Amino acid sequence: MNAPAIRFEDVTLGYDGHPAVHHLTGEIAPGSALAVVGPNGAGKSTLLKGLVGTLKPLGGSIDRGALKSGEIAYLPQAASLDRSFPIDVFDLVATGLWRKIGPFGGVGANGRAKVRDAIAGVGLTGFERRPIGTLSGGQLQRALFARLALQDAPVILLDEPFAAIDIDTVRDLLDLVARWRGESRTVVAVLHDLETVRHAFPETLLLARRPISWGPTAEALRPERLLEARGMTEAFDDRAPVCHAEHAA
Amino acid sequence: MTFYDVVIGPFVEFDFMRRALIGSLALSLGAGPVGVFLMLRRMSLAGDAMAHAILPGAAAGFLVAGLSLPAMTLGGLVAGVSVALLAGLVTRMTVLKEDAALAAFYLLSLALGVTMVSLRGSNVDLLHVLFGSVLALDDDALLLLAGVATVTLVTLALVYRPLVLECVDPGFLASVSRAGGPAHLIFLGLVVLNLVAGFQALGTLLAVGVMMLPAATAPFWTQRLAPMFGVAVAAGALASVAGLLGSYHAGVPTGPAIILAAGVVYLLSMAFGPAGGLVWRLVPARRHRAA
Repeated sequence: MNAPAIRFEDVTLGYDGHPAVHHLTGEIAPGSALAVVGPNGAGKSTLLKGLVGTLKPLGGSIDRGALKSGEIAYLPQAASLDRSFPIDVFDLVATGLWRKIGPFGGVGANGRAKVRDAIAGVGLTGFERRPIGTLSGGQLQRALFARLALQDAPVILLDEPFAAIDIDTVRDLLDLVARWRGESRTVVAVLHDLETVRHAFPETLLLARRPISWGPTAEALRPERLLEARGMTEAFDDRAPVCHAEHAA
Repeated sequence: MTFYDVVIGPFVEFDFMRRALIGSLALSLGAGPVGVFLMLRRMSLAGDAMAHAILPGAAAGFLVAGLSLPAMTLGGLVAGVSVALLAGLVTRMTVLKEDAALAAFYLLSLALGVTMVSLRGSNVDLLHVLFGSVLALDDDALLLLAGVATVTLVTLALVYRPLVLECVDPGFLASVSRAGGPAHLIFLGLVVLNLVAGFQALGTLLAVGVMMLPAATAPFWTQRLAPMFGVAVAAGALASVAGLLGSYHAGVPTGPAIILAAGVVYLLSMAFGPAGGLVWRLVPARRHRAA
């Protein structure tokens, strides 16, 4: 798996001309595990949307190297999933094969074996034919992780993947993240639990609209940095002047 | 009165009854699965809006060429597809949600149509457009109904995977493919096509009934997607036969009779359906499984 480096060059992301991520410059090294940490409204989810490409930068540029579209697997915070739709776990997970089979290709015996492996990998064996509407929150998150694994993408983005998930599930899913790292995939995860971050993510970006710190986790999460991040102002100002700041090199 | 007299006889005896049967069965075959997708996308009322959007196009065709099948079909298709496309584009490119965009365009289309009709003065024949003429289906109308059913089933098979995924998890589909938008627009085209076909038989306003009532029936019989299509088609076919016979024996208009029959099937399913029928709630659950 060769994930290219992803470079941010003075990137500003936002909505209606207001910045949510302001003047971000840096690089996500290939095969690294980066935690994105910061208060609510700090621009963490916005950063992931910019990374995956659904949100175009207001300024600056994001260099994704040779990544093609569909090579970034993305688990959004509030998945747009309609849980009342009559589809079962197997079929939901199997949609992770889309990049290989597209709209018309058959799943095949090989594909079905991969789906079963992915389901087994998140501990959901036996749930294959359960409608997704009958799953608990943790079980559904396991199923979505199985789909992510099946996508076989060099870059994986997770937006608060462990919100409202119990300890055992978090441990199992972190094992999966560790396996992805072992396969030299790049993992970027928005997280709130600093214990998890320190334990499982060597690199951290502390974000409060603007980047507060970015580097080895222990450095990035020093108390004075965290305090600085908490001082962020939340509200957009409609009368704020146009920003002319050059990026802090 | 034997079973033969009540159920078989009318179809054996009268050509127009056989034609009506074939036409309404063809309609059920295409409209049922389309209705199931509309329901699952929470767009059940969008079918009704589309029916209103088609009406002015059909009326315009009627005003230009008289009671001509090709002209009214073409008019209805143009009006319906325009409204569907405009609403789809507005939804994808602005902040407006699909229901609001659709409401705006079908109301415009309806007002435009009413204005056009009133400029030419009213006409009793126009009632045929509004309320259909299932007992007067000629060869052309039957071919249209059969053709639409064929196109619908083949097209649904082609766009099935992106369409299902666009319903289940549109965000995920957008992250792996651009097929979601086209699949949705093609599907809206199928909705229009089936409504246009339906107004030949049932009229613009009732055509949506044979689409949505069987679809709303299906979840009371199964919670799995593929069988739902089968249940919807079966419910539509049953309602077609029952409605035609009821209309024949009681001397009531055929279009409304078919829709009323579909309504009875729906209500009975809601009451007694094996998957969540209301009567099962009245039976208290005294036992539960150990795990």
